[in-house]
Amino acid sequence: MDTVPATGLLAASWLLIALPLAGAAVLLLGGKRTDRWGHLLAIGTVVVAFALGVACTLELAGSETTSVGVDLFTFISTGSLDVSAGLLFDPLSAVFVLLITGVGALIHVYSVGYMAHDPSRRRFFAYLNLFVAAMLLLVLGDSFVALYFGWEGVGLASYLLIAFWYTRPAAATAAKKAFIMNRVGDVGLALAVFLMFAQLGTTSYAGVFGSVGLLAGGTVTALGLLLLLGACGKSGQFPLQAWLPDAMEGPTPVSALIHAATMVTAGVYLIARSAPVYDATPTARTVVLVVGAITILIGAVVGCAYDDIKKVLAWSTVSQIGYMFLAVGLGPIGYAAGIAHLLTHGFFKAGLFLGAGSVMHAMDDRTDMRGFGGLAGRMKTTFVTFGLGYLALIGFPFLSGYFTKDAIIEAAFDRGGASGYLLGGIAVLGAGLTAFYMTRLMLMTFFGRARWSTTGPDAVHPHESPAVMTLPMIVLAVGSVAAGFLLVEVFPLVDWLAPVFGEPEEAAHVVPPLVVSVLVTVVVALGVLLAWVVVGRREVPTTAPERVSLPVRAARAGLYADTVNESLLMRPGMWLTRALVWVDNRGVDGLVNGIGAGLGGSSARLGRTQTGFVRSYALGMLGGALLVAGALLAVAAG
Amino acid sequence: MTIANYLVLAAVLFTIGAVGVLVRRNAIVVFMCIELMLNSVNLTLVTFARSTGTLDGQVIAFFVMVVAAAEVVVGLAIIMSIYRTRRSASVDDANLLKY
Repeated sequence: MDTVPATGLLAASWLLIALPLAGAAVLLLGGKRTDRWGHLLAIGTVVVAFALGVACTLELAGSETTSVGVDLFTFISTGSLDVSAGLLFDPLSAVFVLLITGVGALIHVYSVGYMAHDPSRRRFFAYLNLFVAAMLLLVLGDSFVALYFGWEGVGLASYLLIAFWYTRPAAATAAKKAFIMNRVGDVGLALAVFLMFAQLGTTSYAGVFGSVGLLAGGTVTALGLLLLLGACGKSGQFPLQAWLPDAMEGPTPVSALIHAATMVTAGVYLIARSAPVYDATPTARTVVLVVGAITILIGAVVGCAYDDIKKVLAWSTVSQIGYMFLAVGLGPIGYAAGIAHLLTHGFFKAGLFLGAGSVMHAMDDRTDMRGFGGLAGRMKTTFVTFGLGYLALIGFPFLSGYFTKDAIIEAAFDRGGASGYLLGGIAVLGAGLTAFYMTRLMLMTFFGRARWSTTGPDAVHPHESPAVMTLPMIVLAVGSVAAGFLLVEVFPLVDWLAPVFGEPEEAAHVVPPLVVSVLVTVVVALGVLLAWVVVGRREVPTTAPERVSLPVRAARAGLYADTVNESLLMRPGMWLTRALVWVDNRGVDGLVNGIGAGLGGSSARLGRTQTGFVRSYALGMLGGALLVAGALLAVAAG
Repeated sequence: MTIANYLVLAAVLFTIGAVGVLVRRNAIVVFMCIELMLNSVNLTLVTFARSTGTLDGQVIAFFVMVVAAAEVVVGLAIIMSIYRTRRSASVDDANLLKY
């Protein structure tokens, strides 16, 4: 794949990043003056960026080249270290640009309605724009340093947006947790970049991928694992998954934009982009597979036990990104399937989150599904769009999840051997669990008896959200229905991405695709049925039952991820910190202070000998002279 | 006549001077005792110069005398000044410069 310098419209692709960034700057620096029209400017920048993205993609599709580079400026130039800031517009970045700006624009529009009554709506839009700009830099950069720049930018924007309602202690804590757990992953990515500098002397994609074959096997594996650590942190994958559900403390559009559609997919992008690295190290690729498979199950199991509508969706995100990791971990047969699932997931999960936001909007910002029920009649648009997103997510035949998730499951079986069956089995089981928890969510929210009242102290008056909110939901619902079919059958993403990942080889099917499809559909149906038996058939208690079985208790605690983190990392870390503080205070400071105090004290005492009596000085001199004379005599005699 | 007699005399003079410096309070007396010590040293220097037949010790003795003369000028001026301000020539009374 040769990268050629950009011409025409593509040379202006830096505007994609500059526009939202300028929007954020104007909104943040403009202050209250921009309160009235700030959100319109924010939407405008993202919509224009989307239009530009579409135009660039069309130009790329129409041209003979498949990969276009834009050199911007020299970022760092010192001795042997030479980093230039440039952009790379190829099919993979084009796909992400369209997802980010497209879904981003819809969510910007939705936020106008959702945040209408928030006094700091301007700040919110500024952060959203900042996020879009950082995410675009992440996917458009032509080197790992540029990617790292955007990577930290989305981390910052995510922190600011989770803590948007910073007066709530829970939100402030969740933001810190997200930031710190992301930092663990970022250390991995930073080390990977350092390793490239040290071993290859370059960080540009072209340079690294061109010379990765020259590295020793162990170095490549280390590189792959460090990149994976970075990806796990950003994408909420095992073992760094615990921050994502807590991040739901932010406003719901943030959950939709950052924690479902775009930012958390950055890890998948990183691994897909680094495909040549993983091609050279089967070990690291296997670890990606294992991480993906474990995360599918963790997310799906925990999602079954939560009662908070947003947190169920968050765990679902964790699980679905596990599918994408599984796909990109499978190697060439899985890349396109993973990216396709990423796109369709971007549609339906954003739609689901916006639907959840609409429900919360109607229910006075409540999130406990045990207090919902029977909302289908009250909020018809929300119900229909949410329902379509739900069907797409569980993989209802011929909706988008069906096409893309099945492709991943097929690819897992096609891996062959025992590991293929194991991974395929996990993926099928995950699909069943997904069907269970999502059906449970639907039943508890929209069906059954209303567990809220329009009278009394807790009165709520559910109503449909304004058009500015429902419109993006409708668009996303259409996307949820059609995206899978379009991406797999009409405009095959596999062919579009072929210049990046190579022509897909015709896999030897271990299990016929039809069998996989039927199997998945049956398992999904079983999951739905089970949810109806457990939740739909019976009255839902308004408070969560106390006496529950051990697995439920474990799932409610997020499979004890927080406990493990606390007892294995946080507490020993605190002990270490305390011990080091003690050593510092007593040892290092003690030595320094001791020397000072000793000198001060002894000089104060010695100073008392300066009595002012000349004759005592004379005696001292005489004694000293005698001592010297005696010593000289002793030396001379000895 | 052995040099021992000269050296013993010098030692006795030096000791008298040293004891005088230590035990007397009157600055003039202390001063004279210092001169006594200097001259005992001069005596030693001249004695050895004589016994070894070189001139070094005698030259140094002259130097000592010159320095002592200069020292007397400065020292007596200081004592005079102290006496004028304090109406006392006791070295123990002038003890302001201390810790």
